[in-house]
Amino acid sequence: MAQMNMLQAINNALDLAMSRDENVICFGEDVGHFGGVFRATSQLQDKYGKHRCFNTPLTEQGIIGFANGMAARGLKPVAEIQFADYIYPAFDQLVNETAKFRYRSGNQFNVGGLVLRTPYGGGIAGGHYHSQSPEAYFAHTPGLRLVVPRDPAQAKGLLLAAINCPDPVLFFEPKRLYRAAVGEVDEDYYELPLGVAEVVQAGTDVTVLAWGAQMEVVAKAVALAGQQGISCELIDLRSLLPWDADLVAESVFKTGRLVINHEAPLTGGFAGEVAAAIQQRCFLYLESPIERVCGLDTPYPLALEKEYMADHLKTFEAIVRTVNF
Amino acid sequence: MADPSNATITTVHQAQFTGAHALHIPTLRILQDDGSLHAGVSPPVLDRDTALKIYDSMVFIRLLDERMLAAQRQGRISFYMQCLGEEASTVASAAALDRHDMIMAQYREQGALRYRGFTLTQFMNQLFSNERDLGKGRQMPVHYGCRDIHFMTISSPLGTQIPQASGYAYAQKLRGESNTTLCYFGEGAASEGDFHAGLNMAAVLQAPVIFFCRNNGYAISTPASEQFIGDGIACRAVGYGIQAIRVDGADVLAVYEATRLARKLALEQQEPVLVEAIAYRLGAHSSSDDPSGYRSREEEEGWRKQDPIARYRLWLLQQGWLDEAADQIASDALRQEILEALKAAEQIPKPRLDTLISDVYAEPTPGLRSQLEALKNHIRQYPDAYPVSAGRLD
Repeated sequence: MAQMNMLQAINNALDLAMSRDENVICFGEDVGHFGGVFRATSQLQDKYGKHRCFNTPLTEQGIIGFANGMAARGLKPVAEIQFADYIYPAFDQLVNETAKFRYRSGNQFNVGGLVLRTPYGGGIAGGHYHSQSPEAYFAHTPGLRLVVPRDPAQAKGLLLAAINCPDPVLFFEPKRLYRAAVGEVDEDYYELPLGVAEVVQAGTDVTVLAWGAQMEVVAKAVALAGQQGISCELIDLRSLLPWDADLVAESVFKTGRLVINHEAPLTGGFAGEVAAAIQQRCFLYLESPIERVCGLDTPYPLALEKEYMADHLKTFEAIVRTVNF
Repeated sequence: MADPSNATITTVHQAQFTGAHALHIPTLRILQDDGSLHAGVSPPVLDRDTALKIYDSMVFIRLLDERMLAAQRQGRISFYMQCLGEEASTVASAAALDRHDMIMAQYREQGALRYRGFTLTQFMNQLFSNERDLGKGRQMPVHYGCRDIHFMTISSPLGTQIPQASGYAYAQKLRGESNTTLCYFGEGAASEGDFHAGLNMAAVLQAPVIFFCRNNGYAISTPASEQFIGDGIACRAVGYGIQAIRVDGADVLAVYEATRLARKLALEQQEPVLVEAIAYRLGAHSSSDDPSGYRSREEEEGWRKQDPIARYRLWLLQQGWLDEAADQIASDALRQEILEALKAAEQIPKPRLDTLISDVYAEPTPGLRSQLEALKNHIRQYPDAYPVSAGRLD
């Protein structure tokens, strides 16, 4: 075990994956010698050569199109999109190509080796284009897997699982936690399961669900609620597509209440999907309306970022409302 | 003075603009309209068997197109796209490749498929989306693909295969393979951002890919004159630092030779190369299109005289490699064979319901499994509404 921040854990995962399998190739804008603008690919070019860790021209659709082609030939491309806010030029390649490659060919071809890594999320004064959480756009796309880690150990285990997964994976890294989150990380190779949520703290009064950077925020709200005598069951969804509806439903059967939190805007956000599915599965067990604590339906603001965020106080209030309903 | 890496820095002291057509790319033509060679030109090295295989593939596609467009008109298949006028571009280019080279196509390249050995039955199974279709009946007609013959499954979004081909070729290079990837696209698709992305990435990352542009004058109703103003597509490659050649797309020998040399260049230099074939889309864009709304009959007739099959046929006759009477008999037999294959494919059942959820992921997710179960129960309740699947759910 070693102390690592999230970037170090990700770098360690990439290093391990590249040393184990020569098919793993890392590339993107500024990923090469420089090691990425956040340094997630630091030292990888020196270690594995320019052919396996390299800069690309500045073109997101090109990066993902190129990655699709490499994966179709059996490589395991780990492509980086510098900020999730800049993933949209590659939207067509991801939604129409990556996601449908295996299905449309009758399983003759696939791009299952593909992993897209991208820093997402706010809280860093990033304004409109360095703060977005675009996961819900992709959650509407059969064929993709979406994964969001919350801490260094999880980032490493989930990223290694993503690289080893036979399906294409979009891996959203909470950049607010890149250096802020530090923890003990096993230096050996290990994987954490995809498509499986995790109960972080058991409770009996209300289920509180989030993922990625919001887990930290939500944990604070749960602690505040605990001081009021409210017992929260805290769940980290970890994978958004496919997502672990069974585990969430099990929890709601027990607590009868659900609060979902995400950074992204409310309307069309992934909380809507979770709320609808749980409402259907747990209708007779629900004792209050499902609450969604999300970003506002606005572009991500700069000056009023703190007001915009789905923070711990807003989450705490929603927990109290739900319990007192 | 600054040196942005590869820019040519030659200082002048009077403002000088470089003309938009400063670079004029000539068109390679080997065969004349009467099937003889242009003066002083030696033909590419092409043995009799290969030459005849090219011819057979071109004729096959012409007859298949004729029959299947009619089948679409009769409502027997939902959609069709012909290759009429572009048989030389798509067959002779494939003939110049190694059979293990990957082909990534747009959708009007059935000639390449045929040359690679895609069978009449395989064509029909895809067109009728029956349960023997390699694509499991999921895509529209003409979206062929076949792993065994290294022909990547076609998708409708235009230009998306261009950066993919660059990545595929890069992977081939990384794996130490002595093979390349040939990527077909039309001049309309070359206006997509993926064209720019794919060419620049291939150039910078030194991917041994052959970009093959079919410039056939139209993207549905849009004439090439409304698609771009520069000197066609080939000149753009040069801007990316990619070598390019333009050929007469109705000239089998020119297309073959240009592609053969392009392949050699790509593999020996380990870099991309672009071939632009000038031809004319003689047919409608697709079975959903009527060109009389946007171009004249006179224009079409003018190009009809440039028939790639007719010109090549004359050359073969002059070589003494083709016998007119035997050729006629073979064509008639092929027509009959196509009709029989059509009838057979039409009778094969549609794919089973379970194939709806397979291959979305490597393994169906629990959510998909429960959706399939719910659907089965629904079909059991209303079997008459789902005649394709009712009665064979288990």
